[in-house]
Amino acid sequence: MSGVARLALSGIMKQFGPVQALRGADFALASGEVHALLGENGAGKSTLMHIAFGMIRPDAGTVRVDGRAVTLRSPRDARAQRIGMVHQHFTSIGALTVEENITLAAGRRKSWTAGRLGERLMAGLDPKARVEALPVALRQRLEIVQALATGATILLLDEPSAVLAPSEVEELLGLVRAFVDEGGSAVLITHKLSEVFAAADRVTVLRQGVVTRHGPVALETERSLAEVMIGAGEGGWKSSTGGQAQRETAGLGDANATLLRERREVIALGGVPVYSGEITGIAAVVGNGQRELLRAYIHSPAVAFVPEDRSTEGLIQAFSITENLVLGLPEDRRWAKGFQVNWPAARARAAELMSTFDIRAEGPDAAAATLSGGNQQKVVLARALERRPRVLIAENPTRGLDVRATAEVHARLRAAAAAGVAVVLYSTDLDEVLELSHRVLVVHQRRVQAAPPGADRRQVGEMMLGVR
Amino acid sequence: MRGALARSGAVALTALVVGLLVLALGLTAAGYDPLLALGALWRGSFGSWYALSSATLVRAVPLIILGLGVALAFRAGALNIGAEGQFYAGAIAATWVGVHAAGWPGPVAIGAVWLAAAVAGVVWMALPVLLKLRFGVLEVISTLLLNFVAEAAVSYAVTGPLQESKRIYPQSDPIAAAARLPLFGNTRLHLGLVLAILLALLLWALFTRTAWGFRLRAVGLGPLAAELSGGIPVKRVIGIALLWSGALAGLGGGVEISGVTYALFQNLSPGYGFTAIAVALLARLNPLGILFTGLLFGGLEAGAQGMQREAGVPAVAVQVAEATIILVIVLAEVVLRRRAAAGSRP
Repeated sequence: MSGVARLALSGIMKQFGPVQALRGADFALASGEVHALLGENGAGKSTLMHIAFGMIRPDAGTVRVDGRAVTLRSPRDARAQRIGMVHQHFTSIGALTVEENITLAAGRRKSWTAGRLGERLMAGLDPKARVEALPVALRQRLEIVQALATGATILLLDEPSAVLAPSEVEELLGLVRAFVDEGGSAVLITHKLSEVFAAADRVTVLRQGVVTRHGPVALETERSLAEVMIGAGEGGWKSSTGGQAQRETAGLGDANATLLRERREVIALGGVPVYSGEITGIAAVVGNGQRELLRAYIHSPAVAFVPEDRSTEGLIQAFSITENLVLGLPEDRRWAKGFQVNWPAARARAAELMSTFDIRAEGPDAAAATLSGGNQQKVVLARALERRPRVLIAENPTRGLDVRATAEVHARLRAAAAAGVAVVLYSTDLDEVLELSHRVLVVHQRRVQAAPPGADRRQVGEMMLGVR
Repeated sequence: MRGALARSGAVALTALVVGLLVLALGLTAAGYDPLLALGALWRGSFGSWYALSSATLVRAVPLIILGLGVALAFRAGALNIGAEGQFYAGAIAATWVGVHAAGWPGPVAIGAVWLAAAVAGVVWMALPVLLKLRFGVLEVISTLLLNFVAEAAVSYAVTGPLQESKRIYPQSDPIAAAARLPLFGNTRLHLGLVLAILLALLLWALFTRTAWGFRLRAVGLGPLAAELSGGIPVKRVIGIALLWSGALAGLGGGVEISGVTYALFQNLSPGYGFTAIAVALLARLNPLGILFTGLLFGGLEAGAQGMQREAGVPAVAVQVAEATIILVIVLAEVVLRRRAAAGSRP
């Protein structure tokens, strides 16, 4: 890189209560690059970018735009510096149309001259469509359009692929590259190594609030980045894109193993049986009816459900861990005494589950809102398994979780299957489905088909798109 | 938990002091003697046993009962702004039963009056519930608008079917002696206070101890999770909470008729149904807290009358203090929440 950084953060410190989120982090975005900001959940990535976007004031450190020190008191200040952000959660207003949302974002700026990038972004986005009716991928596209409509030439994308299917991720990364080719600069916050290699020029790795690596992506390997991201000597990491062959053989091996096990058909999904003792993966592009298919079982007896959005669907944020446990198990005899609730009994069980599932929180009385994403998901999972279900349906159970929490969730799902539960795993991350599943069902336009044993990523992908 | 309680106590005290200060400033600016006025406020509310028992507590009773009704709905996430209307509906029904209760045994007459009042509150709430569950009409709007209908219904009743027998004044005949609540000693304080305290205890037990109260809170705090993860029929819980809320507010009207006025007339309520929202929110929807906030606002309303009598200050001036108290508490809440949110960020 040469010249002055477009956006530079140096010596950034930020403390939240007892947690030191950033300990003197440095970050520099060069002009015309896609810069990946990589790290586990809780590493401080989002915090650092929230500071760059004026949402959080740092305790110490400076922010420079084109070499000038700036004070960003609010996102408004950041926008004035032509910084735009695409957040993890959608900020568009569902009740308004696409056009209205863009106008709202653009403010007094007269016309957002679309250009080639604009055309590409707007492809498929009907200006008159109400935003709440849009599929997730298009809503996210709209978020980018809105950010650009504010005149942003620096785009901060906070884990934009979390909600997308694989093909949609490619599309998104393509759009980010196109933005950079037209003179923009982009920061891609992610914890997926594959995205770093697919889209980024340079990478900065954060670990526990400290930068552990920065430099050109070309000099890195998945292993080298994983090491600085998670720390050396901590095993259990598996490449998310590599190991294809290994997975295929493992898949076959697992399939053979299940033949030896007793298989019972427990439920049928769209006419295709699901068996006990295995993980049945659901592969589908978002919006093919898989959600409705799975949610039809949501209140079936003997089915436990891990809903996609743990923060609003799985847990009540203001409730304690104990209360959230009782929420999902209202009729458990240990605490349901007639019309009364035996809170001490529920609390005791919550404490046990916290230690069994390694849920890190102050105690069973801690509000769910105070837990990290991984620990929240562990609460949801612990509660689901506490029902002793015959079927466990999990929707995107590792969405937004870091590598370690993901591995823990995977281990729980595997253990549940080994214990005889029919586990149904739907994930927008196809690699996750392929990695964990004994069998894969593909849903395309509401039709369910079993993928042939040992089918590889390409074959399943073709089925998902209806090519086969 | 205890820290939170101490903090909300400190906040409430600060709010009260600030509210009275602002009132004093306003009075000074308007040319009144603030010390005389505030002294009158004190004497009219908590300054003597008579003021406490016959003014403050008498006004606190409907505020507490209506505040509990409001809290019940709010806990389920349903915003019942129509306690005033339900209070009037209850008052109409209570009067109708009360004037016909001559010769009944006292407990039967009182029971019938209260029951009629509660049922009327439920009936008054039935339409908003139906509209909400069937057509998604916001209960904030429907319950609020029905307040005006209820006031008109009282006007109609006291100039029509329930007008006193001589047909001169726009008010009802007094209810039968049997339907009147016993008073404590030589005060104007009636048995309704006991009812209010019992209801607060009952509601507190419901919220904290029972599965029903738990479901109610779940629906209020996280309707999506309540439905998906808890299997709770959210709409039904909201509907039932609103109906019970209406029952309590209606009962409040019945207690006022049977304990204080013995007759129905226009402007029976000095806005109890609206003040009750502040009473409930100030107590953070905690039924036991409502006993105290109800007492506080009862005292302010009673003191306002004293201020008017002794210092010539219009009674509405006390609304400045009430409004300031609410603003300070809301502000403190926001600040505390922001601080908590900042402290618990990962």
